[in-house]
Amino acid sequence: MNPTHRNRLIALTALLVAGAGLAYVAFGNIGQNLVFYWTPGEMLAQGSKAYGPTIRLGGVVQPGSLRWDANHTHLTFRVADSDKPGAASVLVDSRETPPQMFRERIGVVVEGTFDKSQTFTSSRLMVNHSNEYRPPKPGDGPDRWKTTVSAPTAEAR
Amino acid sequence: MSSTLGTMLVLGGLLAAAFGAVVGIEGGLRHRTGALKIVLGAVTAFLLCMLGANLTMVYALVTHDFSVHYVSQVGSRATPLVYTVVSLWSALEGSILFWGAILAVYVFAFARSHRNDPPTNPLLALGTMLAVGVFFSFLIAGPANPFGRVSPVPPDGPGPNPLLQNHVLMVVHPPMLYLGYVGMVVPFGIAVAALLRGQLGDAWMATLRRWTLIPWTFLSVGIVLGSWWAYAVLGWGGYWAWDPVENASFLPWLTATAFLHSAMVQERRHTLKLWTLSLSLGSFLLTILGTFMTRSGVFNSVHSFTQSEIGPTFLVFLGVVLVVSIVLIAVRGPLLVPEGNLGGVASRETAILLNNLLFAALTFTVLLGTVFPLVREAFSGVRISVGAPYFNRMALPLGVAILFLMGVGPSLPWGRASPETLRRQFLIPAAVGVAVLLVCLAAGLRGGLALLTFGLAGFVATVTLREMALPVRVRMREQGEPLARAVWRSATRARRRFGGYVVHLGVVMVFVAIAASQSYVVHTTATLRAGERFQLGPYTVQLAGLRNGVDPHRRWTAAEVDVTDGQGRHHLLGPRMNFYERSTDPIGSPAIRSAAFEDLYLTLLAFDQNGPSASFNAWIFPMVSWIWWSLPLFVLGALIAAWPERRRARADAAEPLSVPGKARSPGAAA
Repeated sequence: MNPTHRNRLIALTALLVAGAGLAYVAFGNIGQNLVFYWTPGEMLAQGSKAYGPTIRLGGVVQPGSLRWDANHTHLTFRVADSDKPGAASVLVDSRETPPQMFRERIGVVVEGTFDKSQTFTSSRLMVNHSNEYRPPKPGDGPDRWKTTVSAPTAEAR
Repeated sequence: MSSTLGTMLVLGGLLAAAFGAVVGIEGGLRHRTGALKIVLGAVTAFLLCMLGANLTMVYALVTHDFSVHYVSQVGSRATPLVYTVVSLWSALEGSILFWGAILAVYVFAFARSHRNDPPTNPLLALGTMLAVGVFFSFLIAGPANPFGRVSPVPPDGPGPNPLLQNHVLMVVHPPMLYLGYVGMVVPFGIAVAALLRGQLGDAWMATLRRWTLIPWTFLSVGIVLGSWWAYAVLGWGGYWAWDPVENASFLPWLTATAFLHSAMVQERRHTLKLWTLSLSLGSFLLTILGTFMTRSGVFNSVHSFTQSEIGPTFLVFLGVVLVVSIVLIAVRGPLLVPEGNLGGVASRETAILLNNLLFAALTFTVLLGTVFPLVREAFSGVRISVGAPYFNRMALPLGVAILFLMGVGPSLPWGRASPETLRRQFLIPAAVGVAVLLVCLAAGLRGGLALLTFGLAGFVATVTLREMALPVRVRMREQGEPLARAVWRSATRARRRFGGYVVHLGVVMVFVAIAASQSYVVHTTATLRAGERFQLGPYTVQLAGLRNGVDPHRRWTAAEVDVTDGQGRHHLLGPRMNFYERSTDPIGSPAIRSAAFEDLYLTLLAFDQNGPSASFNAWIFPMVSWIWWSLPLFVLGALIAAWPERRRARADAAEPLSVPGKARSPGAAA
């Protein structure tokens, strides 16, 4: 083995080790920074697996569940799979001022975490926009959020 | 009428491209001298057809011909003329059509400037580019046909996406990005030609370098403008969100930047040939991947307008290009024998090699984070996304390392550096870096990463300015030239090095601006009644009232806000919400009070006409506008580097400058 070949081998090995290290770190980091897209029903079905990771919870604001605190700075409401009574729902706690469109029965996506107290703490509240600029078709259910979460004005990126 | 004409023109373009591709590649492989003329004819026909098709579409848009499918999608009688023309690229089909026109212009420009070269290389390159043209004209003629007929003809259309008619930046940002994306076709063609022939000479390498620099410049401008647009229009309080579509434009920029650096090693040491060519192929592959991600609707983002049918077609094309590239590299790559080797450990080529590895690592991590959700959803059906923290945690260390190398590389000579040289080269810049760090600390700034960035920025800026000033000083001393002439001469005699350093200064600005605006941002939200106020940093923000207005294509409500800054001056700001007739949802427009060192950024979240009251999101972003101010440096540097040299000037620049005591010569930076 001449010196050129040896050097090349050393360089190649170093590259492979560096590449493997990078891949390891990258995949590790990805694992910690995944954001899951769930509806309330799906999230509750995960059980304790849903405690901890960042979640984007999509559904509709349950009618009659909106509560402001006295100073009007703190908002709680329930996000449900659909606006039918009896649909699975989750209590959401938000300290953010909701956007103009926010009201009962509207599709929302809240980003935050879920914990053992069964409360979803929201760090970001987005109203579900349709990004195809047309009136909703009769068949467009609240599950449309899955395909149309795009509301840059409401910080949905 | 427009439908028929447009479709015929596109089909004509398809024919011309297909014919030219076959004649070009066949003629190139068989060394047919006469074929170049035929291919030039095909290129001209392709150009005329594509330009014609685009003009036809613009005509249909301007005359509100709603019988044309695309016009019925994005046209509207209420839209102002500028945005009507701009809506050519505001949705999927139109943007692909526009893409075809830019492709044709690039191919034509390349054909014109190489029509007198020895024909083999241009033939192969043009054949490859026209083959890409075949794909795009097929796309326009088939899956993404904008010229389809609509019946019955609707009386009016919905108008373009409201977000895209909210700001004048929309007129310039997409064409810049397209010019960057599409331009990568040219280096791809050049690289494929080199691989097909199995040789890469100096002249062809220079061609490859120049034709990479052009789209690279447009891509840089497009990316910066895009972040500016996101900041000034979207109103979510930021300029970069690691959105798949942003990443799509960033990835080819990374590989093209790596190419521009490794090309220097290839030029000086005649090694790293295959790696350099791979970067060219990779840049093109990433632009196609980017187009696929942007245009196929696999990602939901601001930029994906509708679910579309072009996804599978694009995926097939991507696969074909990938396979062709890998096969070419595997089969023809070994023919590219390195004619030199790298120098010592402390040398400029080592620094550039490290730079390339860092860029490759950055490309890998960004690509991984971008496509990971797609792959995972495809295999397990779980819908996820990769959060911004992943990208930040991975990209920041790599970015800081790249910044560090920007100072190290230009300080090191080619070949081998003696310890004495090292000490002399690094002493002053390192001292400046430490001084900057200490000044920042003394000024009360905290945060490790930001301080590290500022210190490194001081180091890099010193190195860069010194390297730019050195030849000027030598000229003034030895030739007795006045300052202005010495600057002009040293810039024009070593254009690429000088231009490269100007770009480096721009990059330093961007680094500093990102570090400052990310680390020292202040944010709050507040709900105010008329007359009430809140405090954010030195600013007092008071709500005066609400104002409503009507434009031809929209209604709006603005909050009238009286801002008092730290010096007691008053500024009137009006963050507002726009209501477009055809859109159910309001689109916000932030109000920005921009000063040299910080921006106050206000968005209207919600309002109540009774009261009246309004809710705001408010941020202070330090130094954020320095990101956009770096644009002139990018453009100036690229212009200096890419300006066509006259033959005499080229001969001059090839001679080393007489810089005593330095083992260095011009032509260092591309």
